Amino acid sequence: MKAPAWRLAAVAALAAPNAHAHLVETGFGAFYDGLAHVVLTPADLLVVLALALLAGQRGTTAARYALFALPLAWLAGCLVGAGWTAVGALPLWTTMSFLLAGVLVALDARIRDAGVAVLAVAGGMLHGLVNGATMGPPGASALALGGATTAVFCLMAIVSAEVTAMPAGWPRIAVRVGGSWIAAAGLLMLGWLARGG
Amino acid sequence: MMKAFAPQRPRATTPALFAVLLLAPLAALAHEETGQAAGFVAGLGHPVSGLDHVLAMVAVGLWGAVLGAPAIWVLPVAFPLVMAFGGLMGLLGLPLPGVEAGIAVSAVVLGAMVLAEVRPPIWLAAVIVAFFAVFHGHAHGRELPEGTSALLYSLGFVVATGLLHASGILLGTARRWAGGRQAVRVAGGGVALAGLFFLWRAVA
Repeated sequence: MKAPAWRLAAVAALAAPNAHAHLVETGFGAFYDGLAHVVLTPADLLVVLALALLAGQRGTTAARYALFALPLAWLAGCLVGAGWTAVGALPLWTTMSFLLAGVLVALDARIRDAGVAVLAVAGGMLHGLVNGATMGPPGASALALGGATTAVFCLMAIVSAEVTAMPAGWPRIAVRVGGSWIAAAGLLMLGWLARGG
Repeated sequence: MMKAFAPQRPRATTPALFAVLLLAPLAALAHEETGQAAGFVAGLGHPVSGLDHVLAMVAVGLWGAVLGAPAIWVLPVAFPLVMAFGGLMGLLGLPLPGVEAGIAVSAVVLGAMVLAEVRPPIWLAAVIVAFFAVFHGHAHGRELPEGTSALLYSLGFVVATGLLHASGILLGTARRWAGGRQAVRVAGGGVALAGLFFLWRAVA
């Protein structure tokens, strides 16, 4: 009795279904899975928030550039990453990206409109690349990539528009504090990465 | 007679159960960032778990309110970054002597600043706060727990610290009234006294 049972256990272990790691499953389909992925992945969410705060700080023109530059770069990165899954999660680079953006927000750095667009393209390409490579084995589906890009566009539009419309004074200071918090979380995350956590 | 009807446990129950359990699990919906909710909540709770840290953070906000603009917003912007730098030092294993004493002294100094309504130049206030922020970050950097989302834990930790600053600033707005001003000074004195207690405990 004992030996067949253990054989059955071994067979069962081999037959276990694959884990759907890296992609949140909402139950609503691939598009919403991709959409939820951005919102539920802290590094992605933080870089979008930081870049949106930065774009909003720099005014309407910069925010308009970033509104289209970030999602398009994200989508381009996704498409590359979907076919290049060996890229992996690149945690050091993704952490550095929102750390840098957070520092710039905290400093209220006087960056030109084109500079904000360049930062948005760089951040979007990097995180999109990681999204495309890790959102589902092997690579993410087109619908999931579309969902992720839509989430980035919506977040960017809402946050940057809100910041652009903010009056001077406390609301602007709150934006800088938000950038400081994002950067601080990035610094601590660097320590975790160095520690191998 | 009864023994004949007693249920007999098959010998293979445990392996069979093991096999069923292996067959039963559905696809894991895990993500690489595991322990997200637990990480953020644990991070939020960590700064408020130590009274010395809480008092010093509130005192930073109170002192910012005493100093007024621009210190009232420079300190909350600068503190998390410098504190995170201290945390980075802790995580990298860089030694910092007298961390617990440094945290206690921070409560003493910041509380005394509020009590005496000391208004140094902004750069000096920033240096004082940044100096102590390293100790707070270093202590908490070493204490970050394993097994949760490191990023969300860090974010929760930073947000909680920032909210403690905000609490201090809000309490500091009571300075608009004569009675409130005295109350803020008394609160500063209380923080300094508590800091002395923690200092005694740290060196004893």
